[in-house]
Amino acid sequence: MQPTGSAAEYWKANVRLLLGCLVVWFVVSFGFGILLVDVLNNFNLGGYPLGFWFAQQGSIYTFIGLIFFYVWKMNKLDKQFDVDEE
Amino acid sequence: MELQTMIWLVVGASFALYFGIAIWSRAGSTSEFYVAGKGVHPVANGMATAADWMSAASFISMAGLIAFMGYSGGAFLMGWTGGYVLLALLLAPYLRKFGKFTVPDFIADRYYSKAARVVAIISLLVMSITYIVGQMTGVAVAFSRFLELDLFWGMVVGMAVVFSYSVLGGMKGITYTQIAQYVVLIFAYTVPAVFISLQLTGVFLPQIGLGSTMTGSDMFMLERLNQVLTDIGFTEYTTNNNFGTLNMFLLTMALMIGTAGLPHVIVRFFTVPNVRDARKSAGWALVFIALLYTTAPAVGAMAMYNLVKTVHTGDTIAEETTLAYEDRPQWMKNWEQTGLLTFEDKNDDGRIQFYNDGNQEFAQFAEDEYGWKGNELNVNRDIMVLANPEIANLPNWVIALIAAGGIAAALSTAAGLLLVISSSISHDLLKGIIAPQISEKAELMAGRIAMTFAILLAGYLGLNPPGFAAEVVALAFGLAASSLFPALMMGIFFKKMNKEGAIAGMLAGLISTLLYIFTYKGFLFIPGTNLFPDTAEYWLMGINPIGFGTIGAIINVVVALIVMKMTAPAPAHIQAMVENVRVPRGSGGATGH
Repeated sequence: MQPTGSAAEYWKANVRLLLGCLVVWFVVSFGFGILLVDVLNNFNLGGYPLGFWFAQQGSIYTFIGLIFFYVWKMNKLDKQFDVDEE
Repeated sequence: MELQTMIWLVVGASFALYFGIAIWSRAGSTSEFYVAGKGVHPVANGMATAADWMSAASFISMAGLIAFMGYSGGAFLMGWTGGYVLLALLLAPYLRKFGKFTVPDFIADRYYSKAARVVAIISLLVMSITYIVGQMTGVAVAFSRFLELDLFWGMVVGMAVVFSYSVLGGMKGITYTQIAQYVVLIFAYTVPAVFISLQLTGVFLPQIGLGSTMTGSDMFMLERLNQVLTDIGFTEYTTNNNFGTLNMFLLTMALMIGTAGLPHVIVRFFTVPNVRDARKSAGWALVFIALLYTTAPAVGAMAMYNLVKTVHTGDTIAEETTLAYEDRPQWMKNWEQTGLLTFEDKNDDGRIQFYNDGNQEFAQFAEDEYGWKGNELNVNRDIMVLANPEIANLPNWVIALIAAGGIAAALSTAAGLLLVISSSISHDLLKGIIAPQISEKAELMAGRIAMTFAILLAGYLGLNPPGFAAEVVALAFGLAASSLFPALMMGIFFKKMNKEGAIAGMLAGLISTLLYIFTYKGFLFIPGTNLFPDTAEYWLMGINPIGFGTIGAIINVVVALIVMKMTAPAPAHIQAMVENVRVPRGSGGATGH
């Protein structure tokens, strides 16, 4: 199958969405949990210093949210470009 | 009921369950054997993936690691979960659409080359075997401790159990057994954590408890833990950083990329019915993994707190309030017998002193003020989870549950790894390279024979370990990160990537990572053969070998791109295949060829 206009566009839209998700993935773990941890530790979430919370709790919750967000957006995208499996 | 009887009962019941499932779901075809006939529901598959992924290391060792590392334990928490984001977004759906049985299948077809297949098989075997040796050791230790056998017989029982259900059932049996094992292990992990969280903070959920105030006080749990630890010369729990920012970054990244490149995890996404389910399945896997991984920080911190408070019984530190040796609780006596907890009365006062004597200022102060002559208590990190219910005085059935959970964690991972090893030998090596004409029946038989040999080899190496389990596991992740993941990812996202580039990249990543690790850890981990001591001043640009997989992955990609530019791009039919893999429609049942 050669790329038609719509397949190329579908892929472009996917890559754009993907990069967006990876930016969030990077920011919560490497950004908030590691590089900016000392700054964020000046704030608290209940009894958790915020940077510590991101490193041991928050980034994991965000990862789950990210995957399901991606699944939801991709299912829509599949339908929109008529490449879904039904 | 007596503890030992209770353990027999709970472990026995869990086994009856696993066997029943294995018999009920016997595999008849190669498709059922390798990928469970591709008919597994994404939630069920996610649960099985979680059990497959969470090994004895996650169940037994991780919370102990976090207890002693504080904040920097987050590298493992983020590293071993963040990889699933990479899997869901970058690999799982496309590999499922591609529709083959194994990771080397994809590499061989995508890079139209037997050489690429061989490189992939070698990386896969090295990774999986190093990994499974640790699991078999875990199985043997668990059986010998909880069933009161010696280590050799513990290993024999463990091998027999793994053999009977993985060889008979194949992927179909393993998948359904792993679902049962997940339920057992997560129940076993969270029940004690809930009890302890209630005891210390009055909050039911450990994840919330860790951020709450202590029972009968308005001081936060973590604040109190920081205070307790700094009182005896340790650094603050919430800011303690063992690695330094650079190496924490590199280690976290290496674990993430490595997770996404581990063949026994990737292969799980071949078992779901379609592409949409492959994406969703990665999400569910992470949900089930997160149940344990977000509980672990609470288990670690609370176990540390309980440990310190057992030894230093007063509100503030004083010589009179340290624990008298003869008053020590039963759990300390139990673990002393195993040698994993030791006490040495350095100042002959008959009391146990536990503090950081590596902190010279504090050590001096403690000697002048209290007459302490050094830390007297050594606790192996690995006992923290196992001893946790005993430390908190929980009932016997909870302790029995921990036994069943630890065994379930080790068995489920061992079975998943064995399947990957056997398929890479019978399917990739035998059918893919040596004897392409082999019948399905013969291939299935070869798979079972390969699995039997893999169990014997893993059992032997588990009893006579090359040792250094932690280093070996770091190597497995480093290899997965530096060899397989970049090759898979580029195969999907860089349409023009050709076989020359991919092979050169895999080899460059693999060899540079191996060399860097061996330089500091010794050739094949043999002590004394290292070129430089494994300390920060000798590391190249301060990079810790355990985090080098990240650098290896970068080397892989850079080399692959340079070689690709200098050679002809991938042929048109391969590029068309990549186009096809990128689109979900048309994912059928998988075929072997």
